[in-house]
Amino acid sequence: MTRLGVFICHCGKNIARTVDTEALREKAATLPHVVLAKDYLYLCSKPGQTMIADDIREHHLDRVLVAACSPRLHGKTFAQTAQRAGLNPYLLDMANIREQCSWVHIDGAEGTEKAFSIIKGGLGRLLYAEPLEPFQSPVTKRVLVIGGGIAGIQAALDIANSGYEVYLVEKLPSLGGHMAQLGETFPTLDCSSCILTPKMVEVSQNEHVHLLSYSEVTGIEGNIGQFQVTVRLRPRYVDETLCTGCGDCVPTCPVVVPNEFDQGLGARKAVYLPFPQAVPAVYTIDWDACLNTDKLIICENCYKNCEAGAINFLMEPQEKMFEVGAVVLATGYELMPVAHIGEYGGDGYEDVIDGLQFERMLSASGPTGGVVRRPSDGRIPQNVVFVQCSGSRDPEHGIPYCSKVCCMYTAKHALLYKHAVPDGQAYVFYIDIRAAGKGHEEFVQKVMSEERILYLRGKVSKIFKSGAKLVVWGADTLSGRQVEIEADLVVLAMAVIPSSGSQKLARTLHIASDLSGFFSEAHPKLRPLESNTDGIFLAGAAQFAKDITDTVSQATGAAGKALSLLANDFIKLEPTISGVEEGLCRGCGLCVSICPFGAVKMLPSTRTGAMVAGINPILCKGCGLCAAGCLSGAITLKGSSFKQIFAQLEEMV
Amino acid sequence: MKIILGNSHPQSLFAQRIEALSRQKLFACYQCGKCSSGCPMAESMDLLPNRVIREAQLNNEPALMSCRAVWFCSSCFACAVRCPKGIDIARIMEAVRTLQMMDGKSITEKPSCEDNGTLPQIALISHFRKFNM
Amino acid sequence: MSEGFRVAYFPGCTLKTDARDFESSALAVARALGIEVAELSRWNCCGTVYSLDAVNLMPRLASVHNLIRAEEEGFSEIMTLCSMCYNTLKQTNNLFTSKNNGLAAINDFLCLKPGYSGRVKIYHFLEFLREKIRPEQVKNLVVSPLDGVAVAPYYGCLLLRPKEIAIDDPEKPEILTPILSALGAKVIDFPLNNECCGAYQTAMHQEAVVRRTYRIINSAQSEGADMIAVSCPLCHYNLSALQGLVRSTHPGLKAMPILYFTEVMARAMGLDYRTGVRVIPQDVAAAEARLRPSPNDPGREAVK
Repeated sequence: MTRLGVFICHCGKNIARTVDTEALREKAATLPHVVLAKDYLYLCSKPGQTMIADDIREHHLDRVLVAACSPRLHGKTFAQTAQRAGLNPYLLDMANIREQCSWVHIDGAEGTEKAFSIIKGGLGRLLYAEPLEPFQSPVTKRVLVIGGGIAGIQAALDIANSGYEVYLVEKLPSLGGHMAQLGETFPTLDCSSCILTPKMVEVSQNEHVHLLSYSEVTGIEGNIGQFQVTVRLRPRYVDETLCTGCGDCVPTCPVVVPNEFDQGLGARKAVYLPFPQAVPAVYTIDWDACLNTDKLIICENCYKNCEAGAINFLMEPQEKMFEVGAVVLATGYELMPVAHIGEYGGDGYEDVIDGLQFERMLSASGPTGGVVRRPSDGRIPQNVVFVQCSGSRDPEHGIPYCSKVCCMYTAKHALLYKHAVPDGQAYVFYIDIRAAGKGHEEFVQKVMSEERILYLRGKVSKIFKSGAKLVVWGADTLSGRQVEIEADLVVLAMAVIPSSGSQKLARTLHIASDLSGFFSEAHPKLRPLESNTDGIFLAGAAQFAKDITDTVSQATGAAGKALSLLANDFIKLEPTISGVEEGLCRGCGLCVSICPFGAVKMLPSTRTGAMVAGINPILCKGCGLCAAGCLSGAITLKGSSFKQIFAQLEEMV
Repeated sequence: MKIILGNSHPQSLFAQRIEALSRQKLFACYQCGKCSSGCPMAESMDLLPNRVIREAQLNNEPALMSCRAVWFCSSCFACAVRCPKGIDIARIMEAVRTLQMMDGKSITEKPSCEDNGTLPQIALISHFRKFNM
Repeated sequence: MSEGFRVAYFPGCTLKTDARDFESSALAVARALGIEVAELSRWNCCGTVYSLDAVNLMPRLASVHNLIRAEEEGFSEIMTLCSMCYNTLKQTNNLFTSKNNGLAAINDFLCLKPGYSGRVKIYHFLEFLREKIRPEQVKNLVVSPLDGVAVAPYYGCLLLRPKEIAIDDPEKPEILTPILSALGAKVIDFPLNNECCGAYQTAMHQEAVVRRTYRIINSAQSEGADMIAVSCPLCHYNLSALQGLVRSTHPGLKAMPILYFTEVMARAMGLDYRTGVRVIPQDVAAAEARLRPSPNDPGREAVK
């Protein structure tokens, strides 16, 4: 004989304001099989949970319905309560009378009536619930970190220093990311590469870190605890183990191309080291630029000059496969191309540059040796205009969000420009100044007052060339006047956008990204370091635009998340996954094509030998698509069987 | 001049009329000023276009009913194509101009066409259509 | 667009008066390119400016009448030459294709059954040239190429804004480039080619428009332009007729010939199009004559 218990939560006034919990309790007590109905102020409180546990034991309840908030919020809380009282947690269900009822109703009678029907439905569903047991899966104690910028480096170091193995995969020939390109960092004006390069060296020398540079993750299968990773190592055409980093290959290389590290402002050869402190300190031949092809060797200059014999034109791409238990995504950002803004000249004007190009100009190791020069004629600019929010906060043409770092780095740019060209004039067009970090507001105030930088409140409408000058049409909304500036150089604080490969990676990893392309976090407030796929964590600007401080904090946090996973030998997996009734399966294979996670395969039946659907419990996420799609009703989603769903519907309508 | 806000001062009637006439969302404007930056006629305006929207947000009827800027707008839509929020500012300028005309206000300057017989028809007709009711 | 190179044509008022050379040159060019242009047998003023009032539909009636007549004559498309006509007709027509449109109200008001369908499409001649004519076809018809002449196309507002009616990128228009290149001209892409000339403000606030005229011509000139090609009679007026006033404050500004783009085409193609009606200041006409003395046309009339 079934013995049902119903517990109704007031949630303070959250539920009780529009739902008459007392009347609800009285009505619920009259429903079939209900032997106990109670209402309580806060069921999630310790006394509330104790009451439920005591009642389960005392009244020998074998199924319990908690009518309260969303199970997303307190499902786990009450499952543990049931477990403590000796009841299988899958025989305790929740009826959501808050988010789906009291919060959306104003009228008390309506709210109470709806809550009652939700409770009836919940009880109907509960009657057909079956006890389930979670199962275990082993945890591979290695981590994959994708992206070798400061976020990836920090995460890799924190994990490796805890004694676990890390695979650090970087797309480019060297570690470092954008931080390596920066001159000085706000608000302390630390030399960026001086604080970064020791970390690059440290991570590359750590015995637990496998550094895979010039490589890309091409495949990832599996689940939390067991991800099978495939990485493609692009050929450098230089043997990493032989290259001494002497650079003798470079002078005789006949091919000159723009240097990506200098954002196109400088040049490099086809055989190159991206920058002097590159890690690994190994040269790479840019095969797209090199005169040689896979079929034809035209030039052997570098080969002849390499005393170490490291050049190898026949090198092929390699695939490397390994298993990890967790993944940290740290793929970073890039800037929206200047070409995107037609009214600022598109990419038609050499002297209209973006913030990263200006960083390279300010860098002592940059293309101008740290001297600010106009790209067009190499002259030192006397009037420089900085335009914030270029592409940002522009839902019509660009991106809707604030790129977060531009206010700070523009202030820094203006300051460094004034230090470099004391008789020059810097103008900053801004809409709002967002300097909410530690020391940030003080920094901006200092730049304004001590450097006498003229901040103009308004968005620039048009930039065009007039002779050797650039004309900037802006406005100062504070004085209510139009502003026209003849400038020598314009620096656009272009919008921060996710790095270009991130969408492809999101598909490879089966993880979600938001409308702007940044990886989605599992919960915007409470789980900001986790993706919506268990075991895949987020660090740095791949999740959203952020500065170095926040990036390092998040990377350490993501590493901590990965470490707490690795601290377990096994992880418990939810039993609410699909199961196949072999006798009903007719082997059509529809479910195989439906499953988005590759969890269903056709396998020979252990009893009959016929091909039937089989579910991989590790891969199955319990989405239920296969169950809904199965034509013969052979597949059941445990915890949400058709019997349960229909009983729930029947009670509700 | 101090702006008095609060219960005893209806805050949105005039603004709502502008919104109805222009079918534009006044409160979508975050006052970036890009409309004013690129306005070809702003040099002649007493209030820049962004300020016209601001006064509308403030429901400042006297300021808008006496503002001359709306008579200088040439409906070139440079503001509209560049507005980050997709607001058609030219429609707001026209709405304010229409409200002024409904109130009996009209151009006070002597039209330069009176002593210029060479104006093409389209100049005359569009002038009459924009500046008369 | 219509097959068989036949297209309905809406002239508008100014093309029958001050801008007659615009029409005659365009028709001559079209004929040379094998395009049959059929003028609507009945038409009226387009309204010249599209009313921005969202409530009152009345100011749209002038345009709607023309759309109805085109449909009555069996045309599904209308081609215009004047940028203002293009803009006004197109914006009016867009009103009927958007949701919550005023079509029913207007048809009711006009007591029309079944009324206007909203289906007529509006094109500017430049779109027609882009989509139907290859630059080589133009090139093959050139008899006196514009070798060495630097022509700056000026687009103004009405072909580019608002963006719903734009025939090209509003921030970087270049629809005239292939045509002018085919004529042998050096095309000058000057940064103010999409800036407003001041339009109808010329009738009331002439001094403000004169400032625009100066900036636009000065920009084209400093980029090396010998002449400016336009497609709007109002731009034509503001850029040419006001040059004298510009010079009273900027005496250094050289006279800049302003021609309709179809005139530039017709001249290079050796087509006779002149109607004798041109309202051009003397110095501008003189600059134009200096630029390109045409053997067929020794004593160019300059009326002012």
